[in-house]
Amino acid sequence: MSSLDAPKQAPRQSLWSKHKIFETNSIILVIGVLIVISIGGLVEIAPLFYLRNTIEKVEGMRPYTPLELAGRAIYVREGCYNCHSQMIRPLRDEIERYGHYSLAAESMYDKPFQWGSKRTGPDLARVGGKYSDEWQLAHLNRPRDLVPQSIMPGYPFLAKTELNYNDIANHLRANRAGGVPYSDEMIADAARDLEAQATPDHPRAAELEKRYPKAQIRDFDGDAQKISEADALIAYLQVLGTLVDFKLYDDKANIR
Amino acid sequence: MAAMGYPIRRATVGEIGGMVIAAGAVLPLLLIAALTEDRGYAFHATLGALAAIGSVFLIANRCFQPGQVPAPQEIEGRPNYNMDPVKFATIAAMFWGIAGFTVGLIIALQLAFPDLNFDLPWINFGRLRPLHTSAVVFAFGGNVLIGTSFYVVQRTCRARLAGDLSPWFVVLGYNLFIVIAGTGYLLGITQSKEYAEPEWYADLWLTFVWVAYLVVFLGTLAKRKEPHIYVANWFYLGFILTIAVLHIGNNLAWPVSILSPKSYVLWSGVQDAMFQWWYGHNAVGFFLTAGFLAIVYYFVPKRAERPVYSYRLSIIHFWALIFLYIWAGPHHLHYTALPDWAQTLGMTFSIMLWMPSWGGMINGLMTLSGAWDKLRTDPVLRMMVVSLAFYGMSTFEGPLMSIKAVNSLSHYTDWTIGHVHSGALGWVAYISFGAIYCLVPWLWNRKELYSLKLVNWHFWISTLGIVLYISAMWVSGIMQGLMWRAYTSLGFLEYSFIETVAAMKPYYVIRAMGGALFLTGALIMVFNLWMTVRSDAVGASQREPAPEPQLVPAQ
Repeated sequence: MSSLDAPKQAPRQSLWSKHKIFETNSIILVIGVLIVISIGGLVEIAPLFYLRNTIEKVEGMRPYTPLELAGRAIYVREGCYNCHSQMIRPLRDEIERYGHYSLAAESMYDKPFQWGSKRTGPDLARVGGKYSDEWQLAHLNRPRDLVPQSIMPGYPFLAKTELNYNDIANHLRANRAGGVPYSDEMIADAARDLEAQATPDHPRAAELEKRYPKAQIRDFDGDAQKISEADALIAYLQVLGTLVDFKLYDDKANIR
Repeated sequence: MAAMGYPIRRATVGEIGGMVIAAGAVLPLLLIAALTEDRGYAFHATLGALAAIGSVFLIANRCFQPGQVPAPQEIEGRPNYNMDPVKFATIAAMFWGIAGFTVGLIIALQLAFPDLNFDLPWINFGRLRPLHTSAVVFAFGGNVLIGTSFYVVQRTCRARLAGDLSPWFVVLGYNLFIVIAGTGYLLGITQSKEYAEPEWYADLWLTFVWVAYLVVFLGTLAKRKEPHIYVANWFYLGFILTIAVLHIGNNLAWPVSILSPKSYVLWSGVQDAMFQWWYGHNAVGFFLTAGFLAIVYYFVPKRAERPVYSYRLSIIHFWALIFLYIWAGPHHLHYTALPDWAQTLGMTFSIMLWMPSWGGMINGLMTLSGAWDKLRTDPVLRMMVVSLAFYGMSTFEGPLMSIKAVNSLSHYTDWTIGHVHSGALGWVAYISFGAIYCLVPWLWNRKELYSLKLVNWHFWISTLGIVLYISAMWVSGIMQGLMWRAYTSLGFLEYSFIETVAAMKPYYVIRAMGGALFLTGALIMVFNLWMTVRSDAVGASQREPAPEPQLVPAQ
């Protein structure tokens, strides 16, 4: 069909006049807005749940022990994420400074994720094992005793405050509701597992290690009298980035 | 009807329903307060119970007040506007604004002088920073948005606000949410999702309030006497709807128990990160942009007494803006463990977003065609115009920073903080100040502001503050980013991390000075508004408001 046969184009105003339908009917405007704002979110979020290469296949990832989970809750409570990231980017200087770049798999049990958005302090994704428990405790108590130029607040109250873990089993249960593979046993024994991890030579230590491989069992704050909030927080800091063994990790297999 | 000497009347169905629901909530809330082990949660449950008891009294008290219920829709043929909730939101906005700016100044000083944390849990930086962001974004900005939207939707529809109790439920309920969220951070109750820190019960409460907000807004639109929905209301509606979707999507969490304030989100790690920044960036896009563009579309033409520059541009940039913004979230996750395809999408759409953003800026600025001379004489209009200029600047900077190569330098540094504040102080706060300077004389029926000279002082002091703030953050951010990646000639990292922290100190001091100036300006504003309200009211005939702004309707 030649263009001459085509019907004459209507005046340009007509297209704009179509917009009248949105301007004169609030429900159509609502529906229009909802459709337009849904597309981007659906395209970007939904595939992350079914594309299998979103989370790398790795060995060693396990759910947090009850003590680590309690420590993580303190990390969240005090707002550590406001100044510390837990996400090493695959850039030369970051890998040299902090270690292997972070994998999606390493935060697969993190609710919520703690990747952070600001590095007022250094990245903590691989801080586990980097410093001793004594260093961590002293640094939490008075950061400028160890690092004179540090601008971190002091948290001396953590070591003085007894950890409340009465409802720790419910914390595991709430994590399981969101897909973290805690078994019934792990939930039932959560409080005892927590005590076992913070107590050297605890009779249940072997059981804990079986449930949570690589669990570090010791008195993290050096105070045998009580399980403090510092015990939990240091247990959490010491596990960060230690679960995946990068000597065995095959990054070629997970190129996305 | 009179009983025992009181001019008492029968309660309406809505009032009875409100009282029953509020009264019914008291006992469960007190039970939670008594049974929970978390003292912060017990405080919140008690606060909720007190609010419920207070609501019962306030509603019951209405039955003793003279006046017609429900209020007449029109008086002598003119709409009987419901401006009391708008007045409340305006006062609340200024109160929370001062509070939020003050906390911002405190945390800026804490970064320069860490001893100001005093080793205490309740006021350490980690707990105060969310208090600052929530106070300025949701408390100050939210009250500005609710207040102006209730004003604008009534005036542009020529109809009284829908509902009798519900506008009050929205305004008071929202501020109760703010109190719960803010005190929660100080008590250590947080989800740690940035700008979505409130825990599950506060989120649940906000959901009710927000649905009521949407219903009141749509109800008022439905009552309109004008055939067309004015452009400002498209933006308000886009903001209200999208915030509802984002809020519910990002906060789907499983509470530890009904007696615990803590919850765990339903997804983890990478999916949670994507959800969070889908939410986080669109809190910027819809709360801090679409909502405040609505303010531009009403208050700028009204103050300049000019029609909106282009009807077609407003259509194009409205739909383009809301479509493109939703995609931009992944630019917060460049080079992270988020899959590359998502990062690339986020970057691409962020760059495209530059265009509709500038569409809005151009439409706002060009509305002044033929009225540019007013910039010399009207500091309120000048404030709004400068806010559009800042909007243009930060919506250029944003796409720039979303480019992966740029982001590899800027991410994790103060550059981001500077960028946010050029948008938050320059754009959001300035357009809010401009709108409030317009609103207060209108609402309290005063001839004009107490002093335009003080507005001028406010403008220049806070502009100086913003310039100090953002330039300090540019320098510190880019410097720290460069120091992190600096290598010696032998191929070693040149700086330890703590050396880069120490290098920030002078800029943190300058930033705090900028913040102090900005706060000073806002205090001058509060004084000016206070004196305006205290001055004598004028008759309606003396203060004839400019005609409502109009779009050239579709043909």
